[in-house]
Amino acid sequence: MKTFAPLVLLLTAALGLLLACGAFYTINETEQVIITQFGKPIGEPRTNAGLHLKLPFIHAVNRLEKRVLRWDGRPSEMPTKDKTYIVVDAFGRWRIRDPRQYFLRLRDERSAQSRLDDILGSEIRNAIARHELIEVIRSTRDREPALDTALVGTNETVTSRLYPIRKGRPLVEEEIFTNAAPKVAVFGVELLDVQFKRVNYNPSVAQRIYDRMISERQQIAERFRSEGAGEAAKITGQRQKDLQTIESEAYRRIQEIRGAADARASEIYAVAYNRSPEAAAFYRFLRTLEAYKAVLTNDTTLILTTDSAFFRLLKHADTPGLE
Amino acid sequence: MIIRLGRTYYTLPLRLLAGGVLAVGLLAALVSTFYTIEAESQGVVLRFGRYLKTVEPGLRLKLPFGMDRVYPVPVRRQLKQEFGFATPGATNPDQYTDTREQELERSMVTGDLNAASVEWVVQYRIADPLAFLFAFRDPGHALRDLSESVMRTVIGDRTVDEVITVGRQEIEAEALERLRRQVAQYGLGVSIDQIQLKNVNPPAPVQASFNEVNQAQQERERTINLARGEYNKVVPRARGEAEERLRTAEGYAIRRINEAQGDAARFLALFAQYTNAPAVTRQRLYLETLEEVLPRLRGKIVVDETARQVLPLLQLQPAKPTP
Repeated sequence: MKTFAPLVLLLTAALGLLLACGAFYTINETEQVIITQFGKPIGEPRTNAGLHLKLPFIHAVNRLEKRVLRWDGRPSEMPTKDKTYIVVDAFGRWRIRDPRQYFLRLRDERSAQSRLDDILGSEIRNAIARHELIEVIRSTRDREPALDTALVGTNETVTSRLYPIRKGRPLVEEEIFTNAAPKVAVFGVELLDVQFKRVNYNPSVAQRIYDRMISERQQIAERFRSEGAGEAAKITGQRQKDLQTIESEAYRRIQEIRGAADARASEIYAVAYNRSPEAAAFYRFLRTLEAYKAVLTNDTTLILTTDSAFFRLLKHADTPGLE
Repeated sequence: MIIRLGRTYYTLPLRLLAGGVLAVGLLAALVSTFYTIEAESQGVVLRFGRYLKTVEPGLRLKLPFGMDRVYPVPVRRQLKQEFGFATPGATNPDQYTDTREQELERSMVTGDLNAASVEWVVQYRIADPLAFLFAFRDPGHALRDLSESVMRTVIGDRTVDEVITVGRQEIEAEALERLRRQVAQYGLGVSIDQIQLKNVNPPAPVQASFNEVNQAQQERERTINLARGEYNKVVPRARGEAEERLRTAEGYAIRRINEAQGDAARFLALFAQYTNAPAVTRQRLYLETLEEVLPRLRGKIVVDETARQVLPLLQLQPAKPTP
């Protein structure tokens, strides 16, 4: 018997260690704990992290999340008030506010998520159905869009405007939140917020939207082309006008200048030739001689009689002089 | 120690056994006592699950056997999340999603109910390791959800033209501000450094029509430039030509007046001499003129006063050019 004594000692020690291990447990910073006695929660939930004691074997430790958790809704298709089918993907934040209640009603996170799916899913559907699409797209009511100066037409703006809203996205989200929060509170769950992650057209609606966008763009393109042609025509017109103006103005000025010069020359001649009757006669004489020079050219045949002043001497040698 | 099992006696080297167990235990303790924190990280130390301290990079000691647990958090690393696209080779699992998801991340509805495809990047760092570890489960995912929501909120308040062309900077700035506010409100423990828009495009089926608008814009410029070119080709030239004709006319005027003055002066000078001896001067001028004129003439016929009847016999056709 004596030979077994150390063995017994060893077994006792092992048992003691096992009991000690069963009595101690740790709580992480990320956890909160519900102690259950044969499945029934006892005492307050423990939320402070560190080393804790319990009755070994009798008490069981149920660990619950203390951090904020994520609810990620499945994207689902639903109609808006204006009967547009859209795909909505939302998310939310929640945490376990009342661990005891949570533990009793839901047990684990999987069922909590599915409860949230049901409640939030239906609230989102309701909210979307009560509002027009633009209400979940836009958020600030009085925003004026900046304009692309390249696209702004000379006459009117063809580019699209922002559609007006009455509530906007944050208010719709808040509506969902205020409706859903009390419904999940009974499970010991605190809903922190609900937000839309994605709101998109369903594929068949998207095709219509694309068609509209295309026609809108084509209209803008057409306007550009016509603007170009119009502007070019204006320039061509201006060109014609400028040309006519330049040419006619030049003509007018030229005629004025020439006229003035002619008048001046005329005046000068008149002053010179008209100073006395003798001067006028002399001018007539001189000018006639000048004219002879010009008129009588080398293809002229001149028939002169001996009677003429020049040839008189041919016949009458006795009469010198012309007079 | 000797123990008997059945009929066989065994000798147990108890000391050696105990020593061996002790040595293995010590070695394990030693190995789990030392740890290193990388230069880019801080270590958060939990003792029995409770937060103890935050340590800086270097070789550190802790209590072994899971009593102390260390969570390294890369606080100094620049982290990023990509939306709508993925850079290959990323180590941060929150940086991107799979291809199908990227497609959904990209597509958005704008405030004029058009569609746009937006890709962007969020640059962030972990600012508060405690909050990052203990406030949220899966904070990286929470950040992804938030930035998608924020980006759609911002895009939803803008027209498709703003999103694609003029509004980019403004969108980045507003999204950054909103995301920072949300992250602070959530207590995510990260600080957002930047939001950068990457490819922002109209949806693929619409792209062609957007290009068409660009082309039309170019076309407009081209048409206008052509018309301007045509204008510039003729108008300055016409101006110059008008100027030329004007100058010519001015030249004419000067010449006309000068000639008139010259003629007048000449006449007056001549007239002054003429008045001294009118008859002689007149005869001289007459004879000089005839002398100059008559030799040039082709035919000179001097007829006697009494021989007028020969005139019809003369051939008075103009001269034919001699072959």
